[in-house]
Amino acid sequence: MTYMDKTLIEIHESLKKGEVTSEELIKESLEKAHKIQPKTNSFVTIIDDAKPTEVTDDILSGIPYGVKDNYSTKGILSTGSSNTLKNYIPFFTATAVENLEKKGAICIGKTTLDEFGMGGTGTTAHTGIVHNPWDYQRMCAGSSSGSAASVAAGVYPYALGSDTGDSIRKPAAYCGIVGYKPTYGMISRYGLFPFASSLDHCGVLARSVMDAAIVVDGMKGIDKHDMTTWDSSEINLYQNLSQDIQGKKLFYIKEICDIENYPNASDELKSHLENFQQTIKKCEEMGIKVDEVSFDEKLLNALPSVYVIISCAEATSNMSNLTGFIFGPRGEGKNYIEMMKDYRTKGFSPLIKRRFIIGSYVLQKENQEKYFKNAQRVRRLIVDKMKELFKDYDALIMPVGSGPAKLLNQEEERIKDDTTALEEHLQIGNFGGFPSITIPNGFVNNLPVGVNITGNCYKDQDVLNIAYALESQMNYKNQIAKEDVHEI
Amino acid sequence: MKYNVTIGLEMHCEISKTNTKVFSSARNGYSEIPNSNIQPVDMGFPGTLPVLNKECVRMALMMSEILHCKQPEYMYFERKNYYYPDLPKGYQITQNTPPAPVGMDGYIDIERNDGSKFRVLIDNIHLEEDAASMTHLYDISTINYNRAGVPLLELVTKPCLHSAEDAVTFLEYMRSVYQYCDISEADSKKGQIRCDVNVSISENEELGTKVEIKNVNSFGGVKEAIKYEIKRQTELKENGRYEEVEQETRRYDEESNTTIRMRSKVDAIDYKYFIEPNIPKFKISSDWLTKIKESIPKLPYERKEVYQNEYGLSSYDAGVIVKEKKIADYFEKCLNENMDAKTAANWLTGPILGYLSKNEMDINDLFITPQKLFSLTEEIRKGNISSKQGKELFYEAIEEKKDPLVIMKEKNMVQISDEETLTKLIDEILSENTKQIEMYHNGKTNMFDYFVGQAMKKTKGQANPVKVKEILITKLNN
Repeated sequence: MTYMDKTLIEIHESLKKGEVTSEELIKESLEKAHKIQPKTNSFVTIIDDAKPTEVTDDILSGIPYGVKDNYSTKGILSTGSSNTLKNYIPFFTATAVENLEKKGAICIGKTTLDEFGMGGTGTTAHTGIVHNPWDYQRMCAGSSSGSAASVAAGVYPYALGSDTGDSIRKPAAYCGIVGYKPTYGMISRYGLFPFASSLDHCGVLARSVMDAAIVVDGMKGIDKHDMTTWDSSEINLYQNLSQDIQGKKLFYIKEICDIENYPNASDELKSHLENFQQTIKKCEEMGIKVDEVSFDEKLLNALPSVYVIISCAEATSNMSNLTGFIFGPRGEGKNYIEMMKDYRTKGFSPLIKRRFIIGSYVLQKENQEKYFKNAQRVRRLIVDKMKELFKDYDALIMPVGSGPAKLLNQEEERIKDDTTALEEHLQIGNFGGFPSITIPNGFVNNLPVGVNITGNCYKDQDVLNIAYALESQMNYKNQIAKEDVHEI
Repeated sequence: MKYNVTIGLEMHCEISKTNTKVFSSARNGYSEIPNSNIQPVDMGFPGTLPVLNKECVRMALMMSEILHCKQPEYMYFERKNYYYPDLPKGYQITQNTPPAPVGMDGYIDIERNDGSKFRVLIDNIHLEEDAASMTHLYDISTINYNRAGVPLLELVTKPCLHSAEDAVTFLEYMRSVYQYCDISEADSKKGQIRCDVNVSISENEELGTKVEIKNVNSFGGVKEAIKYEIKRQTELKENGRYEEVEQETRRYDEESNTTIRMRSKVDAIDYKYFIEPNIPKFKISSDWLTKIKESIPKLPYERKEVYQNEYGLSSYDAGVIVKEKKIADYFEKCLNENMDAKTAANWLTGPILGYLSKNEMDINDLFITPQKLFSLTEEIRKGNISSKQGKELFYEAIEEKKDPLVIMKEKNMVQISDEETLTKLIDEILSENTKQIEMYHNGKTNMFDYFVGQAMKKTKGQANPVKVKEILITKLNN
């Protein structure tokens, strides 16, 4: 009998009935973690001495989970998957993790990410590449790669992620699970290593909408350490989960979803978009009205540039604390400048250095107006457009990415069709701080794909309920990656 | 002076009167123990976030009001990005780009010692955080993060001052204002005040090349630095070498009273300012602003006016007393004790301030409290002791930390004012000094003082000199 592949409610009931103990759950979880680690490289640290907790009425009590390694955890190595913090053991715990600890949740592992969350492939961690448990040849996407892989592989029912562009919601799709980031400020970012503060969100990777709701209920709350948090004590996502979504209205963006816009579409892309239309049909069958809406193509095309400019600018500044003087392995040199240069040169991967240069460039006095300020203006235009649409619609529904997980050793394909907007549209959720959830909606080439639902700020319950209802009409809830089944 | 001198000032004043730092919950206070007043955010640990101290904002807005500045509609902050070991986050949270500063485009009127006035134009005042403090030793440097995150108000004037004296008068007044508003002790010895000075000279209305002198840590230093810089620039101009005056940053060297070149403005750092995303913008409510405005206490010049007009103090004495709030408070406490205003002023500007400055002491630590001073002056007023005896008692009481009246009693220090006793005494003196009486009558009027001296000597200083003189005059003229 295994439990870690069950839902939170099932596990909780078994604990309550005494069919299993917290200790046994930890043992099972750790065993699975060690088992998948050589194949997926999901973990930076597996916490072998994790202690059981008392089983209370709290659903999360006594149950293991994973934490992305860019959350500060007291006394436990927290690296951000970067060499710059390869030896960093914090003396304080991130608020979101602390909130879960108070409920008796047990962290059994710190999961691998793209260095400091800056990447979408799961290939830039200082401990190496993360492999997709559905197919080891493929990537998990990122940056919450290890969290997605381990949840999909059934190590535990959920793991924490962070999301600056799509870092929870894309890996969730590639790994066939649920990824949810709530409205900006619902979960405290205190203790989350910052990438781009105005875009960073905490969130969760789980295998069902209900589990995601339970976990975010546990993580959220106003925090005196984070001025951007707000009081959400009136919101009980799990208790108010409902499949009654009659009369809800959704829209999807024509320019991105219309197969006609991709004259040279690959079979994969075709299947993915067809599958999306199947999901739309399901919605309509359930009594949801879905409209195809046109969105200014100029704004859509600007998405990646706006994202790169703002995120790199903030990241450059946010990571200026990484000097190797106070924490991290101290660099060598005759003076502080040399020491800092040595530390940063050795510590950061080339990808990050490139982003720092972009960030510095767009913030320079002579460039700021043209790049950074304009990016902020376009961000505002995109958000305003969305808010306008949210007056008529409850949520945006969109396919995630241009298909299933990509091969790791895939040569950079010559782009026949521009699928940039398809790959990048989830960033809209970060621009506006919108609640956004990805759920699995089928398979393409035996690999999972996902669909995303994004609503207006503070409308988390609506977004979750739509996802919850849709999930119930499909057979992908709580699916576990069976590497042997799907291996090519 | 041959040339027009133009001076602009930047005055940094630490807010010392809040419980915690400006973006951190660490204690805001001086500590002997390095790195004891710190929280993770003060050292830039990954994942820490700034949390704005509302009390600092209140104080900043109060200063903005006092300086007749415009307040921004929204309160927000910016990051000033640069690398230095005393700046653990790699950026300072500040308010640089208008309309971020808490106060913009204001002015304040300043009085010189001679009573004339001048107006100082304020470019802006803004709230920011201090950096850590560093000590550079022979082969290592040490960093103390106690100061990292301490709230700082930076006041920037327009280039509108024209002499070193006016610059210092303005700075001294601003220091008093910080003290009066209970925002800061504004003690430059504790490093709470630091100034940057911009100086240029010109033959005409156009401004000359601006030279910036950084980190001048005392008002004396400001004066010296300006004077030196005027002299240096004037000499270069006189010698036809004015082109050597460069837009540059210099530092003031206390040892030599000179300024030393640091870097050219051409090498100025691009601080890549952008809005701090972790502190949400918020609207400054007009209610709050009104409340703050109403809570501004009586400022030095207002008190000075009262002291002059209601208590009849001279402009000079009143000026000296209001300069430091603690002194003015002491003065007002004396008045509350029913002490005569002029007596209190004389004691303050004379023996008390003299003693304090000689011993580098704080008036709040003075053993002679307003209450003790009152009882002492009462003895003098009643004629029980002479004012000379009073002063002796004042110093003795401080030294021995003993109530002056107790000492007075112990030493049997009383003044002899009894007419009969004194007449008897003077008769005795006169009969012993017939020769001197003759000299007096022959025109040597200074013999009068001799007789007084004799009376004092015989009574060990206890004779009431006024009474002695009265009796002597009668006796000698009969």
